[in-house]
Amino acid sequence: MSASVVDNTVSSGNSSVAIPTDISGQILDLDEDDDLEVFSKDTSTTQTDGSSFNASMQTSPASMINQYKFEEEEEDADTKDIFVTVDNPESHVTAIETYITYRVETKTTRSEFDSSEFEVRRRYQDFLWLKGRLEEAHPTLIVHPLPEKFVMKGMVERFNEDFIETRRRALHKFLNKIAEHPIFSSSEDFKIFLTAGSGELTSHKKQGPGFLSRMGETVKAVAAAVRGVRNRPQEFTDMQEYAEAFSQKISSLDKVTQRIVREQKEYLEELKECGPTYALWSQSEQELAEPLKNVAGCVDNCCKETEEQVKHLNDHLIPVLHEYVLCADTLKMRDELDKAEDRLEWANNALKTDWTRWQKVMRTDLRSAFIDTAERNVSYYEKCLAVWESFLQSQRTDAEGNGNVDSS
Amino acid sequence: MADSGSEEIAVIGNTDLTPSESENNLKNTMVEKGTSLLKMMEISVAEAEKRTGKNAVNMQETYTVYLIETRPVDAASEGTNPVPDSLWRRYSEFELLRNYLLVTYPFSVVPPLPEKRAEFVWHKLSADNMDPDFVERRRVGLENFLLRVASHPDLSSDKIFYSFLTEENGWKETVFETGFQAKADSRLKALNATFRVKNPDKRFAEMKHYGDELQSVISQLLRVRARAADRLYGVYKVHGNYGRVFSEWSAIEKEMGDGLQSAGHHMDAYAASVDDILEEEEHYADQLKEYLFYADALRAVCRKHELTQYELEMAAQDLTSKKQQREELATGTIRTFSLKGMTSKLFGQETPEQREAKVKMLETQIEEGEELVKERNTECEEFVKSAWVDIERFKEQKDHDLREALISYAIMQISMCKKGIQVWNNAKECFSKM
Repeated sequence: MSASVVDNTVSSGNSSVAIPTDISGQILDLDEDDDLEVFSKDTSTTQTDGSSFNASMQTSPASMINQYKFEEEEEDADTKDIFVTVDNPESHVTAIETYITYRVETKTTRSEFDSSEFEVRRRYQDFLWLKGRLEEAHPTLIVHPLPEKFVMKGMVERFNEDFIETRRRALHKFLNKIAEHPIFSSSEDFKIFLTAGSGELTSHKKQGPGFLSRMGETVKAVAAAVRGVRNRPQEFTDMQEYAEAFSQKISSLDKVTQRIVREQKEYLEELKECGPTYALWSQSEQELAEPLKNVAGCVDNCCKETEEQVKHLNDHLIPVLHEYVLCADTLKMRDELDKAEDRLEWANNALKTDWTRWQKVMRTDLRSAFIDTAERNVSYYEKCLAVWESFLQSQRTDAEGNGNVDSS
Repeated sequence: MADSGSEEIAVIGNTDLTPSESENNLKNTMVEKGTSLLKMMEISVAEAEKRTGKNAVNMQETYTVYLIETRPVDAASEGTNPVPDSLWRRYSEFELLRNYLLVTYPFSVVPPLPEKRAEFVWHKLSADNMDPDFVERRRVGLENFLLRVASHPDLSSDKIFYSFLTEENGWKETVFETGFQAKADSRLKALNATFRVKNPDKRFAEMKHYGDELQSVISQLLRVRARAADRLYGVYKVHGNYGRVFSEWSAIEKEMGDGLQSAGHHMDAYAASVDDILEEEEHYADQLKEYLFYADALRAVCRKHELTQYELEMAAQDLTSKKQQREELATGTIRTFSLKGMTSKLFGQETPEQREAKVKMLETQIEEGEELVKERNTECEEFVKSAWVDIERFKEQKDHDLREALISYAIMQISMCKKGIQVWNNAKECFSKM
């Protein structure tokens, strides 16, 4: 009997580990977060006293892990030899169900592939299957998360355009992360996923686990037998502590960002009424009509810019943060796996390499997401600035034209 | 001669303005220098203080008094900078002054006082009259009021106004001695009554309508703006949480630590910057509020026109009816129905003596009536003339002031955008170091 695999899906439900409920697909709880301070007048002081985790974290532990120097594979864009795209969602209706498939296109120069281009259609279930297989085969490595199965609000939401687009982007990222991974990308299951026709895939799915998975099973069996209190390597403990802390932080960031989006939307709602009010006023005036109309236009323009900015946050920063919330949950759950197999894995460094690699990728992803957000905010303010400067300009030329109304 | 005899004194607001600050104050309150009283003296409301004392019903109350400072213009420009004359007044005294002006100069658009209670407040702004920020903004508003009155062609030369600025004791009695309240009662009562005017001056009707629209639209604008300010505050402040989380997160990272930590500081700065931004916007709101209240003053003038017009029409109507009565008595025909007339018809004719007495009385009344009509006509014409002059003056002032307000609003927005650009560029640099 195999120990239950870490499974992120709702359908297979029970696992002996307490899986954080977040990942079951509900919208993150955003109500009255005690840790979000908004309306206190004195919030300008940063609280650097940090949170609940132990002080030792601050001196060295995670850093020890970061310091490992491995023969890291430089993933330059130049050496990338496989390109995967997920696009073109289509809905399918059968007697029993309706579902969406996505086009998966692969372009590659790798020799193990029979051809250089492939195009297949896959549904969410297929992605789930792939993820499960990779996790089975490499229980100690970090598999990038998949978007959630449902949105709790209701089944109808599955076919909502925005939802499908968000999911498509996440699936695209998922496959690309697999493709960039030194070990996962050479997985047989991955290859089949990318290339097999639907019939072939179905029959492959029915087969038992492959050699590597069997290896994983054996390892786990050994582990189950040798269970007991052991001295785990300090690095592993530190890694887990880091995972816990990281998970908290990234969840907070996710919540904060969601909150910002909410507040921005509410601001936008109010701002939308300003422009029309100025316009209404201009109708009662003569001399003031022109500047008032002008101001109304400026406010409306700023509204548009604000709308764009919110959309950008929603479409870019939030999905990335959300991905890493799921990642962090995956990380935390590996705690279950630190049985005896850690010795084996540890020995062959795969765990350590993968961990370092993951951190590098995480750093890159989050850094570029934040840089992107900062750039977008700068652009937003620049555009609004231009709007108001053109108003000032128009008033100056007006004043000059009228021989300056200044009566002092 | 500042009277500071009370127990608890808490000084709020700035002290002793330098001449350049005075100049600045004038600029800030958008009043033209160089007309009437202002040519002769500098006026400012320099300070505000809390006082406690017994009120009319012998109960303890806390109230705020404002220090009015005046200084002859010549002295200041010579640079000798003597100590200004000063006295303390409370808000209710300002109100008394204004009511007096309203009654005494019905054809003038009398400058409004700052609001009695804080309205159109957004979340963080206090609605408490004792709040220091509110008191400060009121101080500025009161100064603005005095400067506006002092620069008004008619109001600035008023003796009561002058003594308001210069005589602390006994001023109230002086005002009441003018007997303006008697006039006030009847006029104000009439203003509130509904009456129909047959031939209102079209211009005034239009102005009244404009006043209504102005009041409505500025109220709406202030409401919307307050709500938007509230929301904007929320947006900025939530970013402060980024600061906190980045800081905590940086503690568990090695390479990313520094970048995160410094980015966090910028997020805190961003969150904090909204306080100044919204404080400036409050000044803009005050400028709008002044004209919200001015709309009321404008409408009051229009109503007064209607009142004078109505009184004229009433007098004219009365005169016409008396003339008709006389005609009937003379010719013996009854065209106008009157109960007396009917009863005398039913119960017997009057004697010739009675009729003659009546005719004589009517003649007198008609004479008086014609005088009254002439009087009222003149009154009406003069009112229309004076009022229209002041309305034109007001219009120009309004157009100028509001245009300046819109421009300063744009400048505020630009400044806000520049701050945003700076913060996010800084944050971006920090993120690059992650």
